[in-house]
Amino acid sequence: MVDEKLHVTQALLYLDGVSVSFDGYRAIRGLSIYIEPGEMRAIIGPNGAGKTTMMDIITGKTRPDEGEVLFDAGKYDLTKLDETAIAELGIGRKFQKPTVFESHTVADNILLALKGPRTAAASLFGWRNNVEREKIDEVLTTTGLLDHRDRPAGVISHGQKQWLEIGMLLAQDPAIMLVDEPVAGMTDAETEQTAALLKDINKSHSVIVVEHDMAFVRALDCKVTCLHEGSVLSEGSIDKVAGDERVIEVYLGR
Amino acid sequence: MLRNARLFAVLVLSLFMATLSLSVAARAADFAASLEKFAADDFTETAAAVDDIAISGSPNAQKVLEALGNARLFFDPQTKKVYIGETDNSYSDAATGAKVATPPAGLQTVRVNNRLRRNIDMAIGTLTLLSPDAGRRQQAADSIFKSRDAATLPALENALKAEKNAAIARTFTEARAAILLSQPDTPRADMLSAVSVLRGRADIGAIAALRSIPDKADADVKAAANDAVAAIESRLKLISYVQNVWYGLSLGSVLLLAAIGLAITFGVMGVINMAHGEMVMIGAYTTFVVQDLIRTRAPNLFDWSLPIALPLAFLVTGLIGVIIERGIIRFLYGRPLETLLATWGVSLILQQAVRTIFGPNNREVGAPSYMSGAFDFYGLAITWGRMWIIVFTLVVFLTLLAALKWTALGLHMRAVTQNRRMASSMGIRTPWVDALTFGLGSGLAGIAGVALSQIDNVSPNLGQSYIIDSFMVVVFGGVGNLWGTLVSAFALGIANKFLEPLAGAVLAKIFILVLLILFIQKRPRGLFALKGRAVEA
Amino acid sequence: MITKYIVSRLDGMGLMFLAVMAVVAVFVPLSNLLLPPTSAFHVPTYLMALIGKYLCYAILAVSLDLVWGYCGILSLGHGAFFALGGYAMGMYLMRQIGTRGVYANPILPDFMVFLNWKELPWFWYGFDMFPFALLMVFLAPGLLAFVFGWLAFRSRVTGVYLSIITQALTYALLLAFFRNDMGFGGNNGLTDFKDILGFNVQAQGTRATLFFLTALSLILAYLLSRWMVTTSFGKIIVAIRDAESRTRFLGFRVEHFKLLVFTVSAAMAGLAGALYVPQVGIINPSEFSPANSIEAVIWVAVGGRGTLVGAAVGAILVNFLKTVFTSGFLAPYWLFLLGAIFVIVTLAVPKGIIGTLNGYYERWRGEDGEARWHRKSADDTTAATSNETGAGAKIHG
Repeated sequence: MVDEKLHVTQALLYLDGVSVSFDGYRAIRGLSIYIEPGEMRAIIGPNGAGKTTMMDIITGKTRPDEGEVLFDAGKYDLTKLDETAIAELGIGRKFQKPTVFESHTVADNILLALKGPRTAAASLFGWRNNVEREKIDEVLTTTGLLDHRDRPAGVISHGQKQWLEIGMLLAQDPAIMLVDEPVAGMTDAETEQTAALLKDINKSHSVIVVEHDMAFVRALDCKVTCLHEGSVLSEGSIDKVAGDERVIEVYLGR
Repeated sequence: MLRNARLFAVLVLSLFMATLSLSVAARAADFAASLEKFAADDFTETAAAVDDIAISGSPNAQKVLEALGNARLFFDPQTKKVYIGETDNSYSDAATGAKVATPPAGLQTVRVNNRLRRNIDMAIGTLTLLSPDAGRRQQAADSIFKSRDAATLPALENALKAEKNAAIARTFTEARAAILLSQPDTPRADMLSAVSVLRGRADIGAIAALRSIPDKADADVKAAANDAVAAIESRLKLISYVQNVWYGLSLGSVLLLAAIGLAITFGVMGVINMAHGEMVMIGAYTTFVVQDLIRTRAPNLFDWSLPIALPLAFLVTGLIGVIIERGIIRFLYGRPLETLLATWGVSLILQQAVRTIFGPNNREVGAPSYMSGAFDFYGLAITWGRMWIIVFTLVVFLTLLAALKWTALGLHMRAVTQNRRMASSMGIRTPWVDALTFGLGSGLAGIAGVALSQIDNVSPNLGQSYIIDSFMVVVFGGVGNLWGTLVSAFALGIANKFLEPLAGAVLAKIFILVLLILFIQKRPRGLFALKGRAVEA
Repeated sequence: MITKYIVSRLDGMGLMFLAVMAVVAVFVPLSNLLLPPTSAFHVPTYLMALIGKYLCYAILAVSLDLVWGYCGILSLGHGAFFALGGYAMGMYLMRQIGTRGVYANPILPDFMVFLNWKELPWFWYGFDMFPFALLMVFLAPGLLAFVFGWLAFRSRVTGVYLSIITQALTYALLLAFFRNDMGFGGNNGLTDFKDILGFNVQAQGTRATLFFLTALSLILAYLLSRWMVTTSFGKIIVAIRDAESRTRFLGFRVEHFKLLVFTVSAAMAGLAGALYVPQVGIINPSEFSPANSIEAVIWVAVGGRGTLVGAAVGAILVNFLKTVFTSGFLAPYWLFLLGAIFVIVTLAVPKGIIGTLNGYYERWRGEDGEARWHRKSADDTTAATSNETGAGAKIHG
């Protein structure tokens, strides 16, 4: 009890007893997860375990049927806010299927993501119209996309779109990033680079990573949560989770 | 118990009247005697003669009375015989109707005054009570029921005895009850039985008759009458509600018919087909062409025109649908807004094509015998056409449901809409399923056109008036849900008909549209929306 | 300074369009007024009125392109906004008639006297004053768009659903304005105008001035739209068009952006209607017909959505065709042609005329984003090329 209270007061992101069902199918059942400020967390689990649905709930795309979803040491109840408000609080998200603005250039994608006032008036008259080139190029350099800055985002490769979305997250500079399968479709070298980048990002942001690639998860070297059928199956260090009999049973295989 | 007592009273009354009646032979003699009264050349005598003739039942009676009204009835002061002046200036004997070669000299016109003229009109009215035409007898009875003229009572009772048709006999009884009730000197028992007869009639006319009870009538008669009025009024109110519901169901069935094809093309396939209304229109024109051919080639088959037109309309519009799908829509999957524009273009072309072929004016589509006329159902006036359209709509709907559930096309259709790639890899030819599904939706619109040709003007603009309504019905019901479309169509139809008396037809329609727009804000996916992650995609 | 700012926001096509419009705005009225009818350059009054009508449609098309081409909102209600602006102007013109009407009632328009109305309905108050009427030209459609958009965008009605309910709205307005009780002249609408600001609406000078104002309004509408779409606001509404929910997850209040662009666009359509009415001399409920709104959409599609200039060009072109086809022996074929335009444009020329031309032009110049990128990587690898297009061509070749 005391332990839980402590989580409420300290956790950056606090999910407790969250359930949601679609047409009778319970995608999430009594899920509880706490993320500390500055923490990096990897979420693993088989398909249908509820990983993406969990992200939908945190970012306001899906409303939970029951349970608490609190942000910033319990200051905000995320179940009462919509996607925009949650994004404004500082929760950024990279989608499983990379989603970028395809008819905009790579640079414009970053420009739109840059942290700053997001009202319609500000977009007409505000600073976003006079952003220095360097600010955008800085992000593009970090993500290795500088050469592609003026290409339409629709024509770059799948891996590059993944990087672009991470770049957009960087530009957004949120308190916590939810990164859904960032290395799908990447080469081993790119996967390593991504792991390094995320660890670098983690120095100034909290990060939740959903990933199937166990080598990548191992490279992240962080606390791991394994979901199964909408609730937590196992949680702890990668070695503890990977050694858990039930995790091996349902996910890793023998 | 009480009702039985009243019934018994009526029976006794009828028997009593019967014994008073005269034999046929006696009547003929009476007729001649009555005619003689005309010769008296006295208004009172003439009036008595008119009354007598009216109830005589003689086949000549009407002719005599009409001649009297037109100042063409003459009498011979010497022989006291009465003659009718024919329009061709010849004369006939009023008593026998036989032609008279040379009329006696010194014939005098039987004079009438205004009071008499009224009597004559009324007498002619009571004569039609005995007309061989059932419709005219019914009319006469209805008019007596309204006038409650006591003078017609003997004629009425005569007619009642002779009447074989149960429905008309009932109206006669009711008319008699209305007269008896309005007379201050009717016995109390008769009054009470009359009240119960009128209560059974239960319409506005019955209320008027019940209110005509003289002030000096007994208190319990008045109470019974008031009671009956209250009962009738609440019944009428109920009937008007039911009538509104019926009109609403009727409108709802029209909406459902128009929308059902769209529920397939838009609801199941997600294709915005703005030419849907034109499919309905072409279905209606198919009916016109079929009827036109039947009129010129085989007029006796006219009643079969609709059954013949139905499959033809389905095939014609279904084929056009398949052509549109293969020629245009298949290139636009995933681009609903472009589909909207392209099919709008198709709708313009189809409209103009029909206008070029059939001309811009309304075309006459006739109603087969079973579609015309009306019947009374516990006080509800129900037209056969509307009723068959409702039945037909439900049959089409259920057939469609069954087809989707049990036929191969239905199975493939559902497979393709749920998971196109999977269906395709399982060997379903998705392009053909798309084409046939679209053809099915269009064909249903064509069938709707056959039915709607019975209640709407068949013109090139026919489809335009249905397209917006149809989309609203499908969206309101929840896209992809046929039962939702059914509920939505009937709900909108009934809501519209209940609003109409309050606001007028146009305002009611505007009101419904605005309500729908607001509703869609509240529940963008309609009444019966599918929920879940799949919907988002 | 301002000129420089404006020019910096324009592309070649825009500059060309503005130059042509400026010439038309000045040349047509002056030639009509000053040159003798015998002159080869004289623009007769009927032709000026016709072009003026086209320009009003062009403003409507630009406003529609702003919401559809850039923000992906396919409004089938812009004809209604156009008509509302037209009615606001029509009401001012009606009240200017004064005692010159058939019934010579100083306050009530003829149709109200005819309907035996005794008092002016409240919503006709103020329309005797031009500034108020002008305000209503923008406010009536703007407010309707605002309320409608506020409801629709907040509850995330998008795509075809939005199109269908805008059409239902238009249809409801059509039915409403046909009613005599509404107080807008029933199915006869408003007509028999006499004066505008004291000038006879039939006078040549007034007509020329109205023409000039219409052309000027088109230029201003274009500049306003162009400014909106070249700011970061424009980038955001395009982002909303392409991936609405992604834009939300970036923290943008999508409904506010949509609402702003929809309202501005509706007010612009209202202005087009207000300029249209004094030039054609009548406004009636058939302007609300849903078919009109869809026709406006096809103007934009023909010219090229998301180009603004294309919208104006498409409106003028399609309406020119309509004029040619609806008079004389071609009349029965107009709807066939219009229908075919709808089908062909959506199937074969989805980018429209200007969009397709832009594509050719850029390919010819080698200047689209792809080519620039290839050129740039060529620059990086060869690291020494003075002729940029040459490098680009090398890569392509």
